[in-house]
Amino acid sequence: MNCGSEKVIYMDNNATTRVAPEVVDAMMPFLTDCYGNPSSMHTFGGMVGRAIEQARAQVAELLGADPEEIVFTSCGTESDSTAILSALQTYPENRHVMTTRVEHPAVKNLCESLTQLTGHKHRTTRLMVDEDGLLDMESYKQALSDDTAIISIMWANNETGVIFPVEEMAAMASERGILFHTDAVQAVGKIPINMRKNTIDFLSLSGHKLHAPKGVGVLYVRKGTPFVPFLNGGHQERGRRGGTENVASIIGLGRACELAAQSLQDENTRVKALRDKLEKELLATIPKSMLNGHPEKRLPNTSNISFEFVEGEAILLHMNQYNICASSGSACTSGSLEPSHVMRAMGVPFTAAHGSIRFSLSIYNTEEEVDLVLDKMPAIIANLRELSPFWEETE
Amino acid sequence: MWEYTDKVQQHFMNPQNVGELEKPSGTGDVGSLSCGDALKLTIEVDDNGIITDAKFKTFGCASAIASSSVLTEIIKGMSIEEASKLTNEDIAEALGGLPKEKMHCSVMGREALEAAIADFKGVILPMAEGEVVCECFGVTDLEIIRAIKESDLRSVEEITNFTKAGGGCGKCEDRLREILQQTVEGIAAEKTKPHKDQRMTTLQKIKKIEQVLEREIKPTLKKDGGDIELVDVDGDFVTVSLRGACSGCQSSRTTLKEYVEKKLREQVVDTLIVEEEK
Ligand SMILES: Cc1ncc(COP(=O)(O)O)c(C=O)c1O
Ligand code: FES
Repeated sequence: MNCGSEKVIYMDNNATTRVAPEVVDAMMPFLTDCYGNPSSMHTFGGMVGRAIEQARAQVAELLGADPEEIVFTSCGTESDSTAILSALQTYPENRHVMTTRVEHPAVKNLCESLTQLTGHKHRTTRLMVDEDGLLDMESYKQALSDDTAIISIMWANNETGVIFPVEEMAAMASERGILFHTDAVQAVGKIPINMRKNTIDFLSLSGHKLHAPKGVGVLYVRKGTPFVPFLNGGHQERGRRGGTENVASIIGLGRACELAAQSLQDENTRVKALRDKLEKELLATIPKSMLNGHPEKRLPNTSNISFEFVEGEAILLHMNQYNICASSGSACTSGSLEPSHVMRAMGVPFTAAHGSIRFSLSIYNTEEEVDLVLDKMPAIIANLRELSPFWEETE
Repeated sequence: MWEYTDKVQQHFMNPQNVGELEKPSGTGDVGSLSCGDALKLTIEVDDNGIITDAKFKTFGCASAIASSSVLTEIIKGMSIEEASKLTNEDIAEALGGLPKEKMHCSVMGREALEAAIADFKGVILPMAEGEVVCECFGVTDLEIIRAIKESDLRSVEEITNFTKAGGGCGKCEDRLREILQQTVEGIAAEKTKPHKDQRMTTLQKIKKIEQVLEREIKPTLKKDGGDIELVDVDGDFVTVSLRGACSGCQSSRTTLKEYVEKKLREQVVDTLIVEEEK
């Protein structure tokens, strides 16, 4: 199938990323010749098992973790569910759960259906964010309670890239013996992470956000943290996750983690500079545009900009004409009728929330691409504003 | 990614009749920024009641823009009477169909047209009234009932697709289910009634309407200290004026649509549209 990837300007890397060619190379043998089952007694399968252990070490290396703290899962969502439900089963008497208003649906929707899942009524604190998308540490401290079973707070936000001080928050939690989970799906590979230097108990990551394939994830479980599996079955993953391994993807994820460690520098210098150029010039050349999310406390690759009085889906479809890929927090693109919960939680005015566009870059983006986007965007926005009944009123 | 037809794409990429008429005969302004889409339609009507020009301005997604654009093309050259019979389904059809989640865009087109026609005629549009059922999107029970009837909706999800009601916090869902059930039952009951002859002359219509007003409607309204007078009948448009306790009363428009119009549709012609004299 030809999907036109060669002409695409891909700035939607928080949605998913291109699988690195090196990753594909690492995976190929496991999709062809090396098809053994890693649990088998024979050497043919055992070799595959050893390859998985190597991938586990590669993931551990990127996170500053021990290999036995790494559990392979099927995706970021499974990792999130596993961590939260494990904690609730570990402390069934603790009926308080703390999270934020801006979590990914993988955590948000789970936390909203806990009663159904556990049969218990839980108190859920959903921390507010301010207009920059930041949490208030005082409210966090005050919400900590003796019956808190789990705290789940994302490391970086997928829509705005805003980074939360999860290490600091985890330290406060561990002082009180409370389990702390972080959804680091957007953070891993974009900012340095060292699990030896913090007290976070669970961390989720997802392969397809760091140039590995879709459908593979990791749950980091700190040594000594009580753990109840989500998928019961065979003894795979040392009994922590049943099911025959998605071997090729796990190998790919291992390789991707190795590459991520190497490109972390590039991500935080060159990619960041491209992002900054894109953002600065869009804000300068397009009137009534504004940045969503704190300008500094943010991932180096993400820029979320609102263009007032126009609607996101319409903007995206025009960008699509030039093969520019991005995302929007507008109602129409989320499949719901309201702008994204992140935009609403930040109090982004409706005039702007519907017209928010997220650009998320990767190491594969070039300056030429940024220049092309800068060349096309002003006219796209101006044309749509010509159609908007609200635009004239503001001129 | 939505599956848009070529027609939607065309009207979105090259919208027709963008702008605002300087001296419109009628203006329809519906939706709002907070709702995520809004449409301002201006029309020009000549002495023969023909729409000679139409322009629009739309804030919204591709299907909202395409619906507005195609609407202006459809209504140009139409008589006001023809135009007032246009449904949202007609708009969607002209676009070769819309994804079901986007049907509310065509509903917005129909609402704007209705508002513009009402503005042209100088009547107050009764549809904006009724009891607000969905607070998130400000949708009233009358609007919901109408959508159920016109588009033959059979689930709460469909109601959301067409009217947006229920698409926000979701707390109005139970009420939507209730309205749906009642309306569907109502439709079933109506179907079993004998069919009325629709081909009446205006004179016959007026006579019949007056009869129903005198015999049934007036006595009921009088019990509450109100009264009603027939002002004009123009095609299917019945203009009345409410008197006494009814005039200016909060629920007068509900009375008009839910009671008077319903009665007249049942007993005279089921396409009648009742409006209040401004
Ligand atoms: C912050 C965050 N958490 C979780 C997920 C879900 O990951 P996955 O698609 O692997 O289930 C995503 C990706 O969409 C994400 O951005
Ligand atoms: S009241 Fe209807 S969705 Fe909120």
